[in-house]
Amino acid sequence: MLTRRNLLKTGAAAAATGLAMPALAKNSSIKIGYVSPQSGPLSAFSEADDYMISQFTKTAAAQGLNVEVVVKDSQSNPNRAADVARELIVRDEVNLICVASTPETTNPVCTIAEAEEVPVISSVAPWQPWFIGQQGNPGDPASWQEFDYVYHFFWGLEDNVSVFLNMWNSLDTNKVVGALWPNDGDGNAWSSGVGMPPAAAAAGYQVIDPGRHQNLTDDFSAQINAFKQANADIFTGIPIPPDFTTFWTQARQQGFTPKIASVAKALLFPETIGQLGDLGHNLSCEVYWTPDFPYSSSLTGESNQELAAGFEAAAGRRWTQPVGFSHALFEVAADAIKRADDPTDGDDLAEAVASTNLNTVVGNIGWGKENLPPFARKNVAKTPLVGGQWRRQDDGSYDLVIVENGNAPDIPVGGDFEAIA
Amino acid sequence: MIWVDTIVQGILLGGLYALFAAGLSLVFGIMRLVNLAHGDLIVLGAFLILVAATALGLHPFLAVLIAAPVMFVLGWALQTWVLNRVLGDDILPPLLVTFGLSVVIQNALLEGFSADSQKLSAGGIEAASLALGPVTVGVMPLLTLVSAVAVIFGLNQLFYRTALGRAFRATSDDAVTAGLMGIRPQNVFAIATGIAMVVATIAALYLGIRANFDPSVGPARLIYAFEAVIIGGLGSLWGTLAGGIVIGVAQALGAAINPEWQILAGHIAFVVILLLRPRGLFPRAND
Repeated sequence: MLTRRNLLKTGAAAAATGLAMPALAKNSSIKIGYVSPQSGPLSAFSEADDYMISQFTKTAAAQGLNVEVVVKDSQSNPNRAADVARELIVRDEVNLICVASTPETTNPVCTIAEAEEVPVISSVAPWQPWFIGQQGNPGDPASWQEFDYVYHFFWGLEDNVSVFLNMWNSLDTNKVVGALWPNDGDGNAWSSGVGMPPAAAAAGYQVIDPGRHQNLTDDFSAQINAFKQANADIFTGIPIPPDFTTFWTQARQQGFTPKIASVAKALLFPETIGQLGDLGHNLSCEVYWTPDFPYSSSLTGESNQELAAGFEAAAGRRWTQPVGFSHALFEVAADAIKRADDPTDGDDLAEAVASTNLNTVVGNIGWGKENLPPFARKNVAKTPLVGGQWRRQDDGSYDLVIVENGNAPDIPVGGDFEAIA
Repeated sequence: MIWVDTIVQGILLGGLYALFAAGLSLVFGIMRLVNLAHGDLIVLGAFLILVAATALGLHPFLAVLIAAPVMFVLGWALQTWVLNRVLGDDILPPLLVTFGLSVVIQNALLEGFSADSQKLSAGGIEAASLALGPVTVGVMPLLTLVSAVAVIFGLNQLFYRTALGRAFRATSDDAVTAGLMGIRPQNVFAIATGIAMVVATIAALYLGIRANFDPSVGPARLIYAFEAVIIGGLGSLWGTLAGGIVIGVAQALGAAINPEWQILAGHIAFVVILLLRPRGLFPRAND
């Protein structure tokens, strides 16, 4: 295909045959733009940014990589994310963008970078909202197109659903599931044909779905009544943290006590679970990174334990799941820059990213694998997802214990899946 | 049986909305000031309770006793130095100032407390419940409703039994004439805002125990508070309680049909009441 870049390249190659080959810009500084929600409601995802970036620049300098990181804050706002992406490309003239955390941040940045032909490494958003959300017509799979410059690594809805089902299968229940799905992107995806209902039905579970609720609802009596009437042994959902707290407290007040409660998204951060007091014991959730993952950094050689300890010492707070991914983004970036023929050229760098095969702190990352539907293979790489349970310790704090590893047997389990007492 | 339970839960929810609305109703009734920052001031109150509770190791119910006077002083200062300067015939300047205030409070809280979601921990009482005949009622929601009734009763006593209340009513009716009688409207306004902030702190206590809060959740609750005030009729405190309960019950009934209808049902009840009784259920005066 004849594009501006190809034309320029051929022209340059033609010129080079007649002229002396110019020195490649291998030693000039590579600029990496980094976009994440450092302030606003999503800022909990970005706690590790400062530490990881300073670590990366230090290590890169020690390894002789001449890189500079330009950090931009999306302020948890999709419009702002698009603005800073444009700024990075036009004003800072970055060679590569790394972007993290939630489709609200990753999608606007990726859309702009794809149009401007700047390579992007993206993470911390389930791949369906990332890939399908960027399509012109999300409703028509036939029209979906691959991207040339943007590459994403994380897990997908199907992994989360299977982790939950694996956990539920390990206990004896009546297989009736009460579902609390909000009327937002996540809730609609979970309740749709690609989400929980078909998979649960195939595994022999009956899903009680009273309907989508609005975020920041103050009363869940209707849902609790529906679950109580159906005598649900299992509770699941993807509410925002305030709504989960309201629901769970009300459920206790009104006598709805399921044996299992597997909640996505709301139970990510140890602060949220700690605030539930003893009501949080044995709640289960998806786990995409903990210090117990048996991997180590390709950049610094540190184990996950050391990485978490370093973060905790620097930030003065407990590790959270996104910490590993903040680090892995820069691992992939450094690896691609090292392998690219000319990292200042967008096409070369995008090619290097696409051919990644790297063992990172979140597991092996490589694009084009078989574990995804064909349309997403080129741009999405999956990382392992396991199931965990929050266990209340004697001092009142909570530990996240890995209890299910069906999809990633190399990650060790720390205990058995337990029913809520 | 489900319907009885639904209506009871709706009434209890109405207690929470009435608490949100009581402070707003007070300020609105006395000085016709639409305080768009009320939701954020409630969240500010919740953070103050949190700070007092964690710093001194107090139960949230005791921490309120520390947070409430602080909020009173804040409300008094806010009215004296900011809002009194913009109150006048034009309703737009105070509206814009409180809108700006809402943004300022949210960002100041974000700066000070980060976006982490917080919660006030009240211990075992959170999950406790009482069996009242056929329905099971949570102790905390019941306490919320009782507090709402107590707050409104207290404010009514203040309004109709004390000299300060007379000054409130006089200023509300005719600030100029009240001024001729030796009342300084500015001082009356400042005290009223201070009291409204104390009520907001009580609302903050129950909000913070019921659910998580972070700096951004204030405005979401403001709309129900407004609707409760309008449904009840301007200036009527018992009306505000009734308005809160109307919205609570409407939401509970809507949710029982389908959770998608929950929020909408509250808004529909609001529109219907406005159509039938444009001045609300219990309007206080003809103004």
